[in-house]
Amino acid sequence: MATTTSETQPVTGPSADPPGARRPRRLRRAGTAGRQMHAGWLTYTILTVFTVGSLYPLVWQAFASSHTNARLAESTPPFWFGERLFTNLESAWTDANMGRAMLNTLFVAGTITVSTVLFATLAGFAFAKLRFRAKNLLMLLVIGTMMVPPQLTVVPMFMAIAELEWTGRLQAVILPMMVSAFGVFFMRQFLTQALPSELIEAARVDGANSLRIVWHVVFPAARPAMAVLGMLTFVMAWNEFFWPIIALTQQNPTVQVALTNLGRGYVQDQGVIMAGALLATMPLLIAFVLFGRQIVGGIMNGALKG
Amino acid sequence: MTTDHREAAPPVTPGGAAPRRKDPGRRPSEPADPKAAKRAARRSRRYRWDIRYSPYAFILPFFLFFAAFGLFPLLYTGWASLHQVSLSRPNEMEWVGFDNYTRLWDDEFFWNALQNTFTIGVISTVPQLLMALGLAHLLNYKLRGSMLYRVAILTPYATSVAAAALVFAMLYGRDYGMINWALGLVGIDNIDWQSGTWTSQFAVSSIVIWRWTGYNTLIYLAAMQSIPNDLYESASLDGASRWQQFRHITLPSLRPTILFTIVVSTIGATQLFGEPMLFGGGGAEGGASGQYQTLGLYLYEMGWFNRHLGRASAIAWTMFLLLIVIGLVYWVLSRWVGRSSGEED
Repeated sequence: MATTTSETQPVTGPSADPPGARRPRRLRRAGTAGRQMHAGWLTYTILTVFTVGSLYPLVWQAFASSHTNARLAESTPPFWFGERLFTNLESAWTDANMGRAMLNTLFVAGTITVSTVLFATLAGFAFAKLRFRAKNLLMLLVIGTMMVPPQLTVVPMFMAIAELEWTGRLQAVILPMMVSAFGVFFMRQFLTQALPSELIEAARVDGANSLRIVWHVVFPAARPAMAVLGMLTFVMAWNEFFWPIIALTQQNPTVQVALTNLGRGYVQDQGVIMAGALLATMPLLIAFVLFGRQIVGGIMNGALKG
Repeated sequence: MTTDHREAAPPVTPGGAAPRRKDPGRRPSEPADPKAAKRAARRSRRYRWDIRYSPYAFILPFFLFFAAFGLFPLLYTGWASLHQVSLSRPNEMEWVGFDNYTRLWDDEFFWNALQNTFTIGVISTVPQLLMALGLAHLLNYKLRGSMLYRVAILTPYATSVAAAALVFAMLYGRDYGMINWALGLVGIDNIDWQSGTWTSQFAVSSIVIWRWTGYNTLIYLAAMQSIPNDLYESASLDGASRWQQFRHITLPSLRPTILFTIVVSTIGATQLFGEPMLFGGGGAEGGASGQYQTLGLYLYEMGWFNRHLGRASAIAWTMFLLLIVIGLVYWVLSRWVGRSSGEED
């Protein structure tokens, strides 16, 4: 009895428990490191070079978006901000329909994120902890679907939205993205480790049905992974490119569609184009500054068990 | 006992549909009551149904959406590739058999796009994964500010294809691009990156490399951190150098991860689309002479500029078959490598 009590506690307790429970093992692994040699100056130099290389195009984008077209056409590129930042941002905002695009993308990416995380957690739980027929075969099918490139589905989907007269409407880009095979795989890997089977058994002994177990046991245990999957999905959905430029129009665009039209010479001013790119990347860059650590951890954890 | 249990287990709320707890008024030794027996039977039947069918209910949403927006379109693309379909009337299909495929076979633009896809795929994937491997190795040292480096090299991953391609198109500009300016400092004349075959393919590849190196680095780093330390300890006791340790411990342990990243990068390279499109200013022709037109871009041009959806479908299925062949080759190679080096993953 006592064991059951202690094992059920994490569920009622703070939800951060499952990863917390793993963390000590990690630390120990890193701590005893005969292997963990200290880095020399060469290591720091190389890493710094790559850091600069990773960040500089983004910094340059910010510089370029603050200059006039004429200044950008001089032979020496700008190395600092000019005075035109807000003028250019405003032009990009109005000329490229960026305001509408941002709201649309927020809605599209938000919906996709919620549904992907929800359905991936349900399916991931089933694949990780429940027994049913053809489980391994179905899991293989999930992994197989990760290999299908979007080009293989666009023609029929285009025919479908033409038939339904959904061209240019947001449901055309939301519905096809509501689930993700990667998400199912990710949640399965996480729940296999983070959710003790005894916990589910105990809940069953108490008479909880599966739906109840999902709500009171699985969701609390999965919450950290759901957060990470949510962030990864949002990034992906925000940046989704191929299908939206086919399915949407400039009148009702997502950010990437608006930006593509900007780059297509809709507006001829390079500074304005860069300002549009800045607007399109800014929300995710801010998220990266705030949650970079979690996103890095999520990708590494997903990879570790994958 | 029961109360103790109830406190510990969260799922049961009073009045919920979880009436396993025995009614305190009734003694357990009264099963003779036919009503109670019936209720118990119903309960156990519900329990069995729950156990048997709820897993399917949980995976159903995923497979429904996958069937509707993955499997069905995939197969229907194959069907459409055997028809003549126009973009202006996408719902009128005319059977043409394998015509679309034979036309592709004779189509020089198709072969050009295939070759470009292959070249760009190789020059973007190989350096990218090698750099990622090296960077992961460095990040695996004890570092100050190690998280800062990780976040920084992952930042390009958060940049969209469109934004990245537009920025790089400007950086590679012929007359006032940053890169030509920097080359000018060391005395190299302005390069017309866009118009040359190799230069434009290099430029497009560099966008891919920029966006994905950090991501792959983190995946390698995660795999490196899961290698047990005693392997390295006993190796260094045996007098193995750092390079030998990397060669004989790190690399073999990373083999499944490396294979995984190669597969993912290959799939990404096969469908490359946004980078060449926006590098060339948003058209689908991939340069004045198609010098960086990829298969993905050619499919788009065929379907949405030349308005032949049937032929676009044939390109899509060719890509699919190509991926399957590549997948089989990788599979055979990985088994062969696994056997010849004689080590377990």
